[in-house]
Amino acid sequence: MVRYAAKRIVIALLTVFTLATVTFFLSKLLPGDPFMNEKIPVSVQEKQRAYYGLDKPVVQQYFIYMGNLLKGDLGTSIKFVGRSVVDIIREFFPVSARLGLIALFFAEIIGILFGILCAQYRNRWPDYVLMVFAILGIALPSMVVGPLIRYVFGVQLRWLPVGGWGTWQQVIMPAFVLGLGTIAGNTRSMRACMLAVITQDYIKTARAKGMTPFRVVWKHELKNSLVPMLANLGPMIAGVLMGSFVVEQIFVIPGLGKHFVNAVSTLDYPLIMGLTIFYGSFLVVMNLLVDILYGFVDPRIRVK
Amino acid sequence: MQHVLDVRDLAVSFFTYAGEVQAVRGVSWYLDSHETIAIVGESGCGKSVTIQTVMGLLQSPPGRVKAGSVLFDGREMLGLPARELRQMQGNRMSMIFQDPLSYLNPTMRVGEQIAESYILHNHVSRAEARQKVLDMMRLISFPEPERNMYVYPHQLSGGQRQRIMVAMALICGPEVLFADEPTTALDVTIQAQIIELMNELKEKVHTSIVLITHDLGVVANMAQRIYVMYAGQIVERGSARDIFYRPRHPYTWGLLASVPRLDQKQRRNFTFIPGTPPDLLSPPKGCAFAARCPYAMAACASFDPEEAAFEGDGHYARCFLYHKGAEAMLQKAQKERGIEA
Repeated sequence: MVRYAAKRIVIALLTVFTLATVTFFLSKLLPGDPFMNEKIPVSVQEKQRAYYGLDKPVVQQYFIYMGNLLKGDLGTSIKFVGRSVVDIIREFFPVSARLGLIALFFAEIIGILFGILCAQYRNRWPDYVLMVFAILGIALPSMVVGPLIRYVFGVQLRWLPVGGWGTWQQVIMPAFVLGLGTIAGNTRSMRACMLAVITQDYIKTARAKGMTPFRVVWKHELKNSLVPMLANLGPMIAGVLMGSFVVEQIFVIPGLGKHFVNAVSTLDYPLIMGLTIFYGSFLVVMNLLVDILYGFVDPRIRVK
Repeated sequence: MQHVLDVRDLAVSFFTYAGEVQAVRGVSWYLDSHETIAIVGESGCGKSVTIQTVMGLLQSPPGRVKAGSVLFDGREMLGLPARELRQMQGNRMSMIFQDPLSYLNPTMRVGEQIAESYILHNHVSRAEARQKVLDMMRLISFPEPERNMYVYPHQLSGGQRQRIMVAMALICGPEVLFADEPTTALDVTIQAQIIELMNELKEKVHTSIVLITHDLGVVANMAQRIYVMYAGQIVERGSARDIFYRPRHPYTWGLLASVPRLDQKQRRNFTFIPGTPPDLLSPPKGCAFAARCPYAMAACASFDPEEAAFEGDGHYARCFLYHKGAEAMLQKAQKERGIEA
């Protein structure tokens, strides 16, 4: 187990290193730089570049950056003068995380419930209705659903606030939009997982014991169906948090996703790098946790 | 005396896109207290469907009981409300399946799986259930029950898993135990152990057994009476002695000849019954075995034979060979098989 975990951690570190390297050079490939501005004299621009070390050759900049990264220093933002990247993450990530976790929590539960319903009522109307919903949920991107439901429930019906952050009413719509894809995806995969379990022989054994159908689902079908679902959990957590980029823009939520988008459009190199590495590590850690969790749920794949 | 289980004229069909598959076509049998009977036949002859129907486990749709009755302790089982049926299942009748690996839940500890029906039907506390599981595991002579009740099925051997299945099926002390090919997935040496275990427990738990198998070797060591099934019908029935030593139906002859024997000359090819069972989507008009029968006569293809009775304890065969006018063919058959009239 220790060997396995150690191996996985080394691979995880390599993944983050590769991600950092690729992102660094990609961001440098973007045309322009943060100080390019017709209104500012070229001499001033040059001074600014020198201040941030952007006048040095790209490769040298890369080694400086990686050296700092090893020390845990993600640098300071160019646009938010005087604020370190770590500082920005610390301030804004809790907002994104809260939105993401709320969305994920409900999306997992609703998705799994829908999946169970589909499987139990397979090829009957509840299954068809939910499958149509699931297909829509997967096909419609949040930049379509977001403004649409905001228009309906915020502008026309005036049931919910159109944006902002602070009250629970303001969480409902962004969490729904953020979780929609997850609900849809979970519905589909839970349906498939459970259908695979329903036809298993041990379900026949359970029925032969005289259990109610509900008890068979609860005690025998559910856990076995959830095992393959776990594999999706890691990417799904990351997916929901990544998805918050768009949703935070739509609903004017002061989260990290908004800063990521702004960082790219203003070429705030340290912020781009810092947030990418942060999200990347997050994804890698989630996947690692899920792999370990897997062994706890399914005793057959527990590593000796 | 009233039979524990009395199945009369049971007919079960599956309604598929291709049409109606008549899996069981009018089957009658009974089971007495403390008795073991065997239903023997090749794959697809309807033996599993029969006991699934009796146990109330028939998948419906596509399956449907078309006719007949199943009396358990004098009470009609077919059409019983689901709630009452569930009170019988696992409690007064239970089932052992073929492949213990796939019929055990892979993510549940075996002790918990054994305890499940006991808790369900007796409403006992977990502590009491735990004690009962330990008792059951000792009863099946399972090594280290305190430790092994916490293992998962994949950590056990095939024979051990089947022992767990046996303990699971018998924990509520059922009156009837259905064993659907209980030894087919096991090694030969383990098969013998499981048969011995079932025979032993039958006495200890006071249960009666309905054994389903295509292996006559297993039957010989367990059953008092045998029903031979072919294409959804019982073609011959009688005591184990009659079926093994005085078989009457050509299909039974074929089955018995197919059993590999130790006392035969080496390197002999396996004997088998040529041909395949009829398609039950459109069962033949006459005797279902006629197409494969070496002694088939003109009548066999167009008329369904009645049961002919023989000496012995309820020995019957569904065959025209024993009707008047078929003497010549019967003599030929008996001569070929080296049996006296």
